[in-house]
Amino acid sequence: MIFKTIGSAFKQAFKQVFRNRAMTLASLFSITAMLLILGIFFVLVVNISMVTESAKAQFDVIQVYLEDEVDAARSVELMQRFKAMDQVASVEYITKDQAMAEFKVKWGDNAYLLDGLTDNPLPNSLRITVSDLATADQVANTAKNLAGVEDIKYYQETVETLMKITDSIEVAAMVIIVFLVVVSVVVVSNTIKLTVTARADEITIMKYVGATNWYIRAPFLFEGMIIGFLSAAISVAAVAAIYHNLVGLLEREMLVLFSSSLVPADFLIGNLVWIFMALGICIGASGSIVSMRRFLDT
Amino acid sequence: MIVFENVTKRYSSNIGIEDVSVHIKKGDFVFLVGPSGAGKSTFIKLILRELEADEGSIYVNGEDVTKISNRKIPALRRSIGIVFQDFRLLEKKTVFENVAFAMEITHAGKRSINRNVPQVLELMGIADKANKYPEELSAGEKQRVAIARAVINNPSMLIADEPTGNLDPETAKDIMRLLDQINRRGTTIVMVTHAKDIVDSMEKRVIAIDSGHIVRDDEGGKYGYEIDYVPAKQEGVL
Repeated sequence: MIFKTIGSAFKQAFKQVFRNRAMTLASLFSITAMLLILGIFFVLVVNISMVTESAKAQFDVIQVYLEDEVDAARSVELMQRFKAMDQVASVEYITKDQAMAEFKVKWGDNAYLLDGLTDNPLPNSLRITVSDLATADQVANTAKNLAGVEDIKYYQETVETLMKITDSIEVAAMVIIVFLVVVSVVVVSNTIKLTVTARADEITIMKYVGATNWYIRAPFLFEGMIIGFLSAAISVAAVAAIYHNLVGLLEREMLVLFSSSLVPADFLIGNLVWIFMALGICIGASGSIVSMRRFLDT
Repeated sequence: MIVFENVTKRYSSNIGIEDVSVHIKKGDFVFLVGPSGAGKSTFIKLILRELEADEGSIYVNGEDVTKISNRKIPALRRSIGIVFQDFRLLEKKTVFENVAFAMEITHAGKRSINRNVPQVLELMGIADKANKYPEELSAGEKQRVAIARAVINNPSMLIADEPTGNLDPETAKDIMRLLDQINRRGTTIVMVTHAKDIVDSMEKRVIAIDSGHIVRDDEGGKYGYEIDYVPAKQEGVL
């Protein structure tokens, strides 16, 4: 019995969606627009946190480049020296050949550019991972003054600035996302209110004939959910298309600039589908419940 | 069966009805007459629990509707058929769908809907209009659809709020014949009306309300106003 009722409410909702094309389109546009903006922020936030994470992972490393004259015995001595420091988590010796191999991997498709080199210009190096980014300065200062060290490379300040910026971007994005969800519920409830008002007579009649509130509400609820679902589908498709193009365009630049790639499109969209479906359906449902309250008082 | 016991309903600015007691037996046919604003609508809205009484008890089929919870209101309304002056049909539904939908809300199955609706349409004399939309019908036909919708679930009583108000005299007579038929089959009928000639010709019980009080209650009565009552325009009475 209850399933049959739900089934017929669902059928009714589908009919309503098509019969009230103008209203449906209006709601569809507003939810889709909201979800699109949400989607762009989502993509932004996910990628920013990924860049930050990979930056963190990369930059708790201090590269210590050794002079070419440094022999194996001195290298080992230096390694022991660093290993003894409290702030150091691990030390790895990278030969110039290893360094070149890593370099080629990182450049990927563009590695052929390196084929023209006859000599390996890269130095041997020590890769020191610090246990705490905050104490990296001390390690770097010590390293700088040791004999046999040609140069050091590390980006503590850059990393800290980057992290501060990304933190505030994430907070701002979250605030905007929450704001957008609230706004879209309001927009949708107003749009559905138009549908409900247009059918106020119908609702009055239904109440006179003895329909229960849930019987009256169900088709409108499903209508909201269907519209939310369709909007989610449209906006996921749109975000996916945009993001695929973006990945194609920016992948190389991202690698060069941040030595980090964009979040893979499949992974990101795979997650976004569920988030958008849930969000779209919830926005549609709560929009219709909010808009119906007034009509079901008596 | 409808029983009012010392019922009072006040609005913020005026009195709806005051200390009204009345007993309408099962199977009765009752006319409710009186000038506009006398309390007729209040009377009906109290029966349907569209309004709540301030004082007194109202029994519909033995249950005190002033005490039932909101959840039980739909069940109450299903036991009462209602017909309005302005028909109140759903314009986007066909005649069949308009009537069927009163059955659907009771979770009736498709089979019984397909069996009962044509039967009732036949009874109302509009079987051939089943697939028409309300805008394609005459006023009299619309009212027949509304009556079909009101009686489809076999309610024990029918409330008709000026059912002939928008009809020409001939059509009005047809509708009255239909209501009389329904009444003969055992359905209690309470009909609000301003139509003197209808009340006079039917010779049924007449309850007259004025200023919130019952001023007259006659078996086989007459409309009772010597000077023809001129109804307010917005009520659309011919």
